[in-house]
Parts: sequence; C-alpha cells; structure tokens
Amino acid sequence: MDNKPKSTLPVLVEPPKGAQPHGPLGHGYFLGETKRQQALPMRESLAKIKNWFRANSLWVMAYGTGCGGIELRPLTTARFDFERFGMAMRPTPRQSNVIIISGYLAVKSLKRVIRAYEQMPSPKWVVGLGSCTINGGMYWDSYNTINRLDLYVPVDIYIAGCMPRPEALLAGFGELMKMIKRGEANGWNHYLENFDWYKENQKKVINDWNMPDYNW
Amino acid sequence: MPLGIKIAWSFLGVLVAIAYGLVIAGIIRKVMARIQGRIGPPVWQQFIDLGKVIFQRTATRHGWMFYLAPIFRAGGGIGLYLLIPVVIGVPALSNFSFNGDLLLVMYFIFFGSLGMALGAADSGHPHSPIGISRGLSQMTAYELPFALAMVALAAQVHSFSIHDIIMAQQGGILHWNLFANPLAAIAAFIAFLGMNMYAPFNIVGAPQEIPVGPPTEYNSIFLSLMMSGRAILAVAKIVLYMDLFLGGAHSILAAFVKTIIIYFWSVFVGAVFPRFRTEQAVRFFLGWPTVAGIAGVLLVLIR
Repeated sequence: MDNKPKSTLPVLVEPPKGAQPHGPLGHGYFLGETKRQQALPMRESLAKIKNWFRANSLWVMAYGTGCGGIELRPLTTARFDFERFGMAMRPTPRQSNVIIISGYLAVKSLKRVIRAYEQMPSPKWVVGLGSCTINGGMYWDSYNTINRLDLYVPVDIYIAGCMPRPEALLAGFGELMKMIKRGEANGWNHYLENFDWYKENQKKVINDWNMPDYNW
Repeated sequence: MPLGIKIAWSFLGVLVAIAYGLVIAGIIRKVMARIQGRIGPPVWQQFIDLGKVIFQRTATRHGWMFYLAPIFRAGGGIGLYLLIPVVIGVPALSNFSFNGDLLLVMYFIFFGSLGMALGAADSGHPHSPIGISRGLSQMTAYELPFALAMVALAAQVHSFSIHDIIMAQQGGILHWNLFANPLAAIAAFIAFLGMNMYAPFNIVGAPQEIPVGPPTEYNSIFLSLMMSGRAILAVAKIVLYMDLFLGGAHSILAAFVKTIIIYFWSVFVGAVFPRFRTEQAVRFFLGWPTVAGIAGVLLVLIR
C-alpha cells in the first residue's frame, strides 16, 4: 500500500481543443438549441427578459467547502443583508442557481461539488471565493486540495482575497448579476461543450470515482 | 348571471388571487426582514422568483406521481378558492358557492397536502418523506380543532352553506362569529397557525433540520406550480376565515383589510416564536385548542 501523500496533483493546464472562448456568446444561447428554437421570433429580447429575472433572483446553494463558508453567513444577517438583491440560500441543488466554492477545495469535497453542480437546473453559475480557488492560495502545496478550480468546474466569477470580506462578496455578486444581464455568464454552456475535458481533469484527481459520469 | 360569464369572472378571480397571494408573501418577507433588522427584498420579489423558476430548464427523471403532485397542490388551492364567496352581494366575486360547500371546503383544504405526500414520496430524497410524515401528523392534529370549530358554526346556523353562515353574521361587529362563538373562533384561529406553517409549527419545511422538506427535488416548472398553488391556497384560507368568523365582506376593500389582518395573525406569532418539535405540536393541538373546540360545540348546543 502506498500511503505516501502526493506533493502535487497532476493537472491539465492546456485549454481544450476547439473551445469557445469562455465569455460572451450572445443572449439566450444554450447548448443543444434546436433549429426551431433558434428561429423563434424575438428570441434575443425574450432572452434578455429571462436573464433579467434570473439575475434578480439568484438562489445560492447553501454549501460551504472551506473556511470561506464563514463569510457567507453574515450575508444573510442584518449587517450585509443580501436578500435585498433578491438572493436567498437554498439547501437543495435542484432549486439553486449559484454554487459558491468558498475557499480551499479538498478532493473529497470536489466530488460532492461536481455532483451538486451537475444536479442544478441549467442556467447555473459558479463563484470562486478566495485565493485558494484561483491558485491554491496558502494550500498551494497541500496533498489533498486542488489548486485551480476552473479545471474542474467552469467558474463564472472569482472573488479574490484571503478571506474576502462580505462586502467583497456583495460586490462580486453585483458583478455576476451584471454579467448575467449582459448574457456573458455562460460557464454552464462551456461545461457541456467541453465535457470530456472537464471529466478527464476531474478523474485525474478523484481516484475513487464511484458515481455516474453525469449526475442529473 | 350566465354560466359562461361567471366562469370567466372566476378565472379572472383565480389569477387575481394568485397575484394577491404572491404580494402577501412578499410583504411577509419584508416584514420578517424588518423584524430581524434587515432591509429585506422588494415586495414584488415573489413575482421575480416565480418568473425565474419558470425560465429554468429541467432534466429530472422521476415517477409520474412526482409530476402530478404540483398539479394536485395547485388544483386543491384553485378548487378551494372557487368554492368560497369572496365579496357577498357581488355575483362576479361570489364564486361557486352552494348548499353544503363547507364539507367540501374542509376536504379541499387538505387535498393539496395529500397529493404532495404522494409526489414527494416518489422523488426519492430522504428529506421528502420525513417532511411529509411530520406534516401529516401535524395535519391530523390541527384538523381536530378546525373540524370542531366548523361543526360548531354549522350547528349554530343549522346549515353547511358558507353563504348562510355569512348571512347569519350580518348586522354589526358583535354578530360576527368571532364574538358570537368565541370558543370556536379560538379553536379555529389556533388551527390556522398550524395550517399556515409559520414559526411555532413550521415543522414541515423546518429550516436547519430537513432544509426544505417535501419539495427538495422539485425545480423549474413544478416548483412554479407549487409556488402559485401555495399562494392561492393561502388566499383561499384567509378568505374562508373572513367568511366564517369576520362576517364576510361587502366590498373588495373590506375583504382586503380583513384578510390581511387574519393572515398577519399567523405571521406575527411566527415572528416571535421558535419551532415546536413534531410531538410537541401534536400534543399542543390535541390539548387546549381541542378543548376549546368541544366547548364551542357545547356552547351552541346548550344555547
């Protein structure tokens, strides 16, 4: 038995071949759109209206992975009340639109994050909170945390800091809302388009892959 | 009034009731936020949530009962609303009230929960059956004082028609059943707390325990049906209580004021009390509220 901890995790850093740029793809674009749906009249304007609704009612998955979870609690209380922007905590992935990866992400949690992310209904966004999700932060050489979050799930917006204050979180959410209204937050399309690449990366770090390839 | 026009008015009434229920829910979120010292969401937030939920895509695969349950819930709410006269003297707003509708109303109030129980059991999430078992045990408990209060009113008026009960209360505030039969009113208004599932009795959803309970697996269009079903059920219940205990309403404004007062009774109780455990709630309802209900029936019989 090899119990030696690995010093660094093997990761793919090249972008997937033929990937769309992770960004503006136009309003209302989604993967698997049929010809009939593309030909609908006023598709663009309807998508703008839908995006306005989505941006003003962000339901956040109540799931904290690292120490950043402690920064989410003040958001619901009197001082940094985020309900005034229409946001709310939902304890089930079926009803949430945003998942916040709050801080360091252990490989064990990554598995749960993938399951939860794939179970969320489709216009969905990922917020990377704290330095750990960007480059590993102070856990950069840890044997059981991942260093770059966007190799495993598509991140729409990062909020840097260690830890970012609730004000920074609110600013980040405001930016995410603006991105959604502009039709730029398309991480979920990116995930489906480059599904094989994401799966390859995920399976590289998760050794006991005992779940289906896609959880819906 | 011809039946076709009546149906058209009732359809419009259902839409207005859903909108009113959503506005009430928005006001409640705002009030709760203010009580907790927060700013709170805008009053129209429920409409935005409903729109967003409708515009979500869904990819869940469950049994057919899972898909039917939200329809049962919305159908139970709409059916209940259609049986209750909202404004007396205005045929367009008196819905399909008939002789003996009180019995059907007592059934329809619990119809949605029963449908929900079947659907949640099909979703397969462990939190759903737990929430359902809690909800059904609480339901059987608060149904007793509620049914006793209804029996007391029916015995008092010698009729099972809601319209007759309203007509018996005309002629001043002291003729209202709230004062004419205070014991039945106490039993019914305490049962109302259990029906509305605000704080002392929010053991079905039970945040921090079984996070959202029965609707854990519901999303997108199913959730939107349940949200609108919940809104219209809330409106139907407060209109029923207004008809039974506050003497009905002669104008839309009076209906608005009375229903708001009735609803906020449960909200303000909910804002200051912590949650009961399931067996505490059951024991509570089977205690003094039931005694008050029995006393209300006896009061009518002795009188």
